Amino acid sequence: MRAGVSFGGLLAVVLVIAAVAGSFAYLDMPLGALFAGAAAGEIVDFVGRFFPPELGPAFLAKVGWAALETLAISLVSTVLAAVAGAVLALPAAGRHGVAGQVAARFVLNLLRSVPELVWATLMVLAAGLGPFAGTLALALHTTGVLGRLFAEALENTPPAPAEALAGSGAPSLAAFLYGTFPLVAAQWLAYALYRWEMNIRMAAILGFVGAGGLGALLYFSLSLFHEAEASTVILAMLAMAVAVDGASAWLRRASA
Amino acid sequence: MSTAVRDPAALPRLGWTLVALVLLWPLLRLTDFHPAALFEAGNLTAMGNFLAGFLPPETSPDFLSLLGKATVETLAMATAGIALSILLAVPLGLVLTRSLSIARLGPGRRGWIGQLLRAVARALLAVLRGVPELVWALLFVRVFGLGAAAGVLALGITYGGMLGKVYGEILESADARPARALLEAGSGRLAALCYGLLPNAASELVSYTVYRWECAVRASVVMGFVGAGGLGQLMDQSMKMLNGGEAASILATFLVLVVAADGLSELLRRRLA
Amino acid sequence: MGFSLEGVGLTHANGFRALRGIDLRIAPGERVALIGASGAGKTTLLRVLAASLRPGEGRVTLLDGEPWACAPAALRRLRARIGLVHQSPPIPPRQRVVTAVLAGRLGQWPLWKSLASLVLPVDPNGARAALARLDLAERLYERCDRLSGGQQQRVALARVLYQQPDLLLADEPVSAMDPALSELTISLLNEEATRRGVTLVASLHAVDLALRHFPRVVGVKEGAILFDLPAAQVSDALLRELYAAEGGLPLAGGLRAPEPAETAGELPPLRCA
Repeated sequence: MRAGVSFGGLLAVVLVIAAVAGSFAYLDMPLGALFAGAAAGEIVDFVGRFFPPELGPAFLAKVGWAALETLAISLVSTVLAAVAGAVLALPAAGRHGVAGQVAARFVLNLLRSVPELVWATLMVLAAGLGPFAGTLALALHTTGVLGRLFAEALENTPPAPAEALAGSGAPSLAAFLYGTFPLVAAQWLAYALYRWEMNIRMAAILGFVGAGGLGALLYFSLSLFHEAEASTVILAMLAMAVAVDGASAWLRRASA
Repeated sequence: MSTAVRDPAALPRLGWTLVALVLLWPLLRLTDFHPAALFEAGNLTAMGNFLAGFLPPETSPDFLSLLGKATVETLAMATAGIALSILLAVPLGLVLTRSLSIARLGPGRRGWIGQLLRAVARALLAVLRGVPELVWALLFVRVFGLGAAAGVLALGITYGGMLGKVYGEILESADARPARALLEAGSGRLAALCYGLLPNAASELVSYTVYRWECAVRASVVMGFVGAGGLGQLMDQSMKMLNGGEAASILATFLVLVVAADGLSELLRRRLA
Repeated sequence: MGFSLEGVGLTHANGFRALRGIDLRIAPGERVALIGASGAGKTTLLRVLAASLRPGEGRVTLLDGEPWACAPAALRRLRARIGLVHQSPPIPPRQRVVTAVLAGRLGQWPLWKSLASLVLPVDPNGARAALARLDLAERLYERCDRLSGGQQQRVALARVLYQQPDLLLADEPVSAMDPALSELTISLLNEEATRRGVTLVASLHAVDLALRHFPRVVGVKEGAILFDLPAAQVSDALLRELYAAEGGLPLAGGLRAPEPAETAGELPPLRCA
């Protein structure tokens, strides 16, 4: 161990400071204006318009419906992604040769690297405006994420049970389902539930690009300067996220 | 057949399967699930034309300079956003750390102040990270107008909430005895933090911050979709004009940026570990 | 329906020469014990007999077929007729006993039947009958990770009984059982082989069990066959030579208790993840 500060550490600190300073300089942030008197008053005024939240029964019904739609998008897309991820995870874990592994990993990386929102804009083109586009977009991105996680779980699984079954003549699908799947099932479920928690938040946002759910409602409310309605929608988003976190934690405990 | 042979799990399984099927139907209806739409002639040609436009990707010097500027802007947004979030997270995270509480040392008289402060900080952090960064961005765009400022602030707030919570957790889980010994010897909180807690927790703190920076790069890529500058805004414009060539170039840049941030962050974290 | 090995040699991927020049001919319905020190090559030999390891040299004929000369589908059919009891029970911990036992016939069932059995066990009575012979019938619907190591070994045994193979192989099937249970289990294997007239080959760590229960005993040392004799002709001198490296004969007891440390050392680690 060297005593004191190493040259590399010092260099890293300097680089980080330079990067941060450069970023702020490049972006030309009006940070000063932010705290000037007039702007501050404007902000207080803006925030004030969000209160109280709009609680009329007609609008609440609309929010409830959109919330249901958001929940449906997150659930269906997670289920679709879990199935597709499992199918891709098998070759990605190297169970069908090296060529299959490389191809499957490439597909998974591609699906994962493109953000949900970008998939959503593409899917709105492919499937038209509405929740179906949002479902597809979330499912595509989540397939990439879950496929990689599933494959990692598979790679860390002892192969002996499946090999024993294959050794007594079981077809490979049966050997997988009886020998490997029970070993990874709990972990796969935990990963899928964790992604569901992320997807409920994403599903609420996808509406910004025309993919249905709470996001669409928020976008319209803000575009029409109905801030009170917007604050109701944001509260609904928060409530949904908390509810899904609770449901997911309960399911995880029940399946452990 | 003896009763012992009947599968005790059969009935619950059947029940849960039925429940799942009954739930699935309305869910599919709600999501407007119609895969056939993907193959409708209108949608197919729209998508086909758009995808056909992908090739060749747009490489005119004008557009490339625009793309380069947007890329730098995206990176700067992520970096500035993380810097802002650290400013927010460090004080809140420290407030959450019980190992730095002086009141807990002795027979505390004023312990309730600290507890109240911690509860408030915890609630504040929950609200900050509970609202997605894109929603914050959408709100800030209304206040500050289109541009990167809204994105930076949105990132700073959401990630401040996340970092603050995790900083608190990391400091809590670090060995509290050195800090406690220092506090008992009468040193201040800051000294106890620097000499008691940080030596153990520093690498984990930095590693998590780097990981969050990587996430911030991804997030600021999409932030532009609500008008907060960077690559996303460029992408949004290209998509709205159905300009496939530009979209292809932007997508490729996305991928390179995300993969590079991924790699850099992993490299840094491995060096730290 | 027996099998023969001619000049079989095998080198593992790590360069370890596990088998050399093995000539072994076993007639249908014969019952043979394999004995030898740990690492002598008993497991490898059994895996060659199970058609799951392909030897580098020599000729293998199993149940009147040459496994490494036939098409994959034919090899699969051949393997379905061979049952191997593994040393460490290859059963997923979270699987239920009934499923683990029924898995014995996956090679004989059509795929749809295997899939249906995952949802609702198709032949619980058959599984129960196999378990009943091992005194485990009442654990039919329990999860395997609720069973002890010896019980899991018996579940693995029940799976092979349920498979009803034409060639019954067992790799140290009693390593996790106490002496009385070992005695019972080996008797059961012999009885099953005699009743159905199938060939039985079992490797055993305990010499006395082998000599008491099997008409023919094969001693394996350093990857080669040291002797191949009727049980009555196996002399003390031969056994001493066989176990020269271990410094003493491993016995299951029945008359004297086994050293617990030794049994524990032989126990493979059970996976509980």
